[in-house]
Amino acid sequence: MNFIYPDYEIVRNPNKCITCRVCERQCANEAHEFLQEENTMTADDAKCVNCHRCVALCPTRALKITESGNTYKQNANWSGKTINEIYRQAGSGGVLLSSMGNPENYPVYFDKILLNASQVTNPSIDPLREPMETKVHLGARPTNIERDQNGHIVNNLPPRISLSMPVMFSAMSYGSISYNAHESMARASAELGIMYNTGEGGLHKNLYKYGENTVVQVASGRFGVHPEYLNSGSAIEIKMGQGAKPGIGGHLPGAKIVGDISRTRMIPEGTDAISPAPHHDIYSIEDLRQLVFSLKEATDYTKPVIVKIAAVHNVAAIASGIARSGADIIAIDGFRGGTGAAPTRMRDHVGIPIELALACVDQRLRDEGIRDNVSLIVGGSIRSSADIVKAVALGADCCYIGSAVLLAFGCHLCRSCHGGKCNWGIATQVPHLVKRLNPEIAHKRLINLMNAWKHEIKEMMGGMGINSIESLKGNRLMLRGVGLNSNELEILGIKHAGE
Amino acid sequence: MKRIYVNEDWCLGCRLCEYYCAFAATDQKDMARALKGRKIIPNINIEEKDGISFAVNCRHCEEPLCKKACITGAISIADGVITIEKEKCVSCYTCILSCPYGAVSPSESGAVQKCELCENSPACVNGCPNGAIIFSEKEAAV
Repeated sequence: MNFIYPDYEIVRNPNKCITCRVCERQCANEAHEFLQEENTMTADDAKCVNCHRCVALCPTRALKITESGNTYKQNANWSGKTINEIYRQAGSGGVLLSSMGNPENYPVYFDKILLNASQVTNPSIDPLREPMETKVHLGARPTNIERDQNGHIVNNLPPRISLSMPVMFSAMSYGSISYNAHESMARASAELGIMYNTGEGGLHKNLYKYGENTVVQVASGRFGVHPEYLNSGSAIEIKMGQGAKPGIGGHLPGAKIVGDISRTRMIPEGTDAISPAPHHDIYSIEDLRQLVFSLKEATDYTKPVIVKIAAVHNVAAIASGIARSGADIIAIDGFRGGTGAAPTRMRDHVGIPIELALACVDQRLRDEGIRDNVSLIVGGSIRSSADIVKAVALGADCCYIGSAVLLAFGCHLCRSCHGGKCNWGIATQVPHLVKRLNPEIAHKRLINLMNAWKHEIKEMMGGMGINSIESLKGNRLMLRGVGLNSNELEILGIKHAGE
Repeated sequence: MKRIYVNEDWCLGCRLCEYYCAFAATDQKDMARALKGRKIIPNINIEEKDGISFAVNCRHCEEPLCKKACITGAISIADGVITIEKEKCVSCYTCILSCPYGAVSPSESGAVQKCELCENSPACVNGCPNGAIIFSEKEAAV
């Protein structure tokens, strides 16, 4: 007996359906079926994950997906979702798995922050007529100016990365997403003059040529890490935690460790790739410092080292430690950050909002006089150019975007990545699904998105009378809260609208 | 001359090209009304086997065998595009036999039909969701 009624219903308009069977061919979940004798299509709602592949490809718009509307007896405490989860676990005995970011109804602080604009007493700037700088440089900043015997300034800049706009594509490993998705990000980064992150699965040989625009990641599983890999990118990231699942590691099932993924990760085909929860050689800031300097040593002190952590309760103190560890950049991943697979309870109940984490980390580092030791990257559901502008004003140097990248590729946030049958060719390694993501198309869509955001960032900066993104950084006077209590305003370091 | 090229790396075998082709041959505005309940005879056809698929249509050969074979002079070539005058076709199907690509087929009316490049804006190319079919001067551009 199956206790669970399907969440979604595939609605087909029989007047529009021409039985071309595209839906049937494109659904990896085999939800659609052609009935030969009746010459009609039918669908099994229980197999539908609501990914909209069939809806998008149906040439006559005969399809749509709606909520099935089946309800249990109304209960303010026991929601239908909660009841179904219990049925599911009572049936399987397993941990619930989820993908992509936390979808639950927690406050989104970005949506409760408003930007300022110039009126009368200070001029706004028209970005179409006047130069507007969105370039950012990430890395430690020297605190003193050194001169040689002749009085010339000595270049004492630590290694850094330069980006044409304050955005990077966040870590999504080759394995969790397809080769085509990686190639699309790499090509888009190179054309845009920004960077993407390999994630913890190593770097495919074909993509080494985009090294200038690549951050190579070293995570607790150390998959695919070797000297050539470390030297292939422009920066190295140590992944201590991930916003979607702080405190736990990762698990890429053996079924996905095939061919090039096995070679790239340097593990046998078919073996599970298990990333431990902690780095087994890091139990303190001092241990972290050892890894930071091991990686610097391995790359001849030519590349900045990023330490990525999940936004958790104690994030400010942890960041303060990292800023003293020799790391050049701290990346903080908020609790809304995406994942290819995470236990549902971890994803939905662990961590804190990135807006609060960013504000308190930036403030703490300033208070301790070590803000220039590091640059700050924030991620964990940056959804638009407005989120970026607000994050920069709260103190970020740069933002990581992940889900938005996948959406540009065609992801419809069906949150079924862990099933491995992504109909959009993104979170899958099945060859006939992977080929659905043509990098030629996908990388252009990503470039379009970034160029659009860049225009919008310039418009918003211009409105505030600011012509350089660096002048906006940490400029919290440009922000006002709406509907926030005094505690929240204090943590965010902003005033309420009207103040 | 611009021709239609197909890259099997990106062909998904979804067959949308076949339907956009068949729709383009009608003069209707709405695909559902145009094709509902009809068996389509597209001028581009998906071939697939063992997980590989690609679309096949007229190559617009420089020395077309179909034109050579035509007994009534219904097939002509202008600016590289091979077209059929249906009024002249007597449905002998010699062209169908002689085309090495299987790109000519009988239409509903009996006269033969083939790809005529949609007046330089092929519907199959515009409708392909994955950029597998392109319209370009050179095959290398695929």
